[in-house]
Amino acid sequence: MGFALVMLIATLFFGMLASFSYLNPEFYNQYIPFYQLRPMHVSAALFWIIGGATSCLLFFKKEVSEEGAKRTIAERLFINLWMITVVVIFLFYSFKKFGGREYWEFPPFLCLPLLISWLALMVAWFKAWLKAKDYPLYVWMWTAGICFFLFTFLEQNLYQIPWFRQSFLKEVIVQWKSNGSMVGSWNQIIYGCSLFLMVTLTGEDSIARTKTAYYFFFLSITNMMFNWGHHIYNVPSASWLRDVAYGISMTEWLFFIKMLQSFKEKMDERRKFKHLITYKFLIAAEVWVFFNLTLALLMSIPAINRYTHGTHVTVAHAMGTTIGINTMILMAAMSYILRVDELEIRDKRWVHWGYYISQASLVVFWVSLIIAGFLKGTRQFNFPHITYQELMVPVNYWLRVLSFSGAFLLLGFLLMLKTYFKALRKA
Amino acid sequence: MLHTDARHGGFLIFYRFLTFFLQDLSKIFTILTILFMLFSIAIYKNGNLEPKHLPSSKIMAGWKTWQDKNCQSCHQLFGLGGYLGPDLTNSVTEKGKPYLKVFVQYGTARMPNFKLKEQEADEVIEFLAWVDSSGKSRVPAEAVEWTGNYKLQER
Repeated sequence: MGFALVMLIATLFFGMLASFSYLNPEFYNQYIPFYQLRPMHVSAALFWIIGGATSCLLFFKKEVSEEGAKRTIAERLFINLWMITVVVIFLFYSFKKFGGREYWEFPPFLCLPLLISWLALMVAWFKAWLKAKDYPLYVWMWTAGICFFLFTFLEQNLYQIPWFRQSFLKEVIVQWKSNGSMVGSWNQIIYGCSLFLMVTLTGEDSIARTKTAYYFFFLSITNMMFNWGHHIYNVPSASWLRDVAYGISMTEWLFFIKMLQSFKEKMDERRKFKHLITYKFLIAAEVWVFFNLTLALLMSIPAINRYTHGTHVTVAHAMGTTIGINTMILMAAMSYILRVDELEIRDKRWVHWGYYISQASLVVFWVSLIIAGFLKGTRQFNFPHITYQELMVPVNYWLRVLSFSGAFLLLGFLLMLKTYFKALRKA
Repeated sequence: MLHTDARHGGFLIFYRFLTFFLQDLSKIFTILTILFMLFSIAIYKNGNLEPKHLPSSKIMAGWKTWQDKNCQSCHQLFGLGGYLGPDLTNSVTEKGKPYLKVFVQYGTARMPNFKLKEQEADEVIEFLAWVDSSGKSRVPAEAVEWTGNYKLQER
């Protein structure tokens, strides 16, 4: 867990540096160029999300399977191999050695230890799964997430087979198919943690057993499998591919309606648990789900996607979900595991301050990305003959706002993590 | 009994998986997974419009350089990639190979000089020309239908 939290700090730190180097590449090219900082930022984010989700999963699985606290060999293999590989990846980045593709820019052979590590996690999980007395929804979500991550990770590496590189279009479609579904797979693990926490906090086991909950689980699985096409709407692909993605993505309106319906219920629940830090993060994640779902629904309409694709609106969606939803749920899960709520008021005050600073800066961060993306999207159609630098002049103003809000975001998280690391030392 | 009888461990694990997958919920999950697999195979085989020509070894070498130098961090192809530099999908048509080669080989104030050999720069340009031949990056307004969807043609 400590390693995952270090990855979170690395994500925010490299992200802030990358945004400054984006605005002033002439200066940063002399020391640490953007093309080196971006993979450091993106890979750190991936390893924070995946590492954070799996470390929470390994803790919660002991509660559902009544396993002892001692780590199994498979767990130790997963944790150690994963951490060593991540360190090696950053060493390669520091020597400007790349070779992979977007999000996985490190030399592809390093995917092999990550794969072995993941298989070890699967062994550890299914051993616990066999011991589980029953399978509430969160166990389903974790199982689905773990299995689909394996599939998408393998699919992500299919490009090593020459047949997949016979056409650039085939390659790019398969790449974004796997990337899109992979996000869904770790979302299943993280949302499973969120559900587990809600059951534990409220003491209502029925939340994870209702028909409606299972219905929405299967709807989310369907979206994970078939709703990734918005990444490649503008790639010359077979029309049926776009039709399937567009059709399935519109089922997300049901999530939207469900959120509006349960608004009052959530408000009542909030009054009861608002003093808990764990619950605060879960509520923040809910709010960010609402905003990001709205954005995702709009981006899933091809006619709108035509303007937003390849702009910072896509980044707003990616960062909004990664920080606003996934990170908030992981912060909630970790505060529960590390018993942050039981710490002294003095320590918890840091978390409260950090929480409010990070939420406020994330709002500015997210909105500035949307405005920047909207400007880029409209200008590239309205002024098709101007140079890229001219196109970006008004956009860059908003990217400056983004950079400064990113620095405050880092500050907010550092304040919170100060207490988390203290709790970790105690644990 | 399930966890303690080590002699029949393998059979019991199989039995546990089998009974799990015969539950109603598991059936839905299994059907969805099968559909997903079929969908994946269909995409691998027929997801893209056919390429005009297969990549030569020169194009493949250029593609490798593109990844080794992490060009995707700053540039996009079909709107996928970074935001620091322009989308290069149709750069060969729009700017021409000689113009692009100068940038690739020497960089600019904003783009670092990767010190590519002449052959490597040529290979990257061949790769970009190959990408260019596969389609247009921007969707024309007339392709958008009343449903909000659009259909794209092979270039």
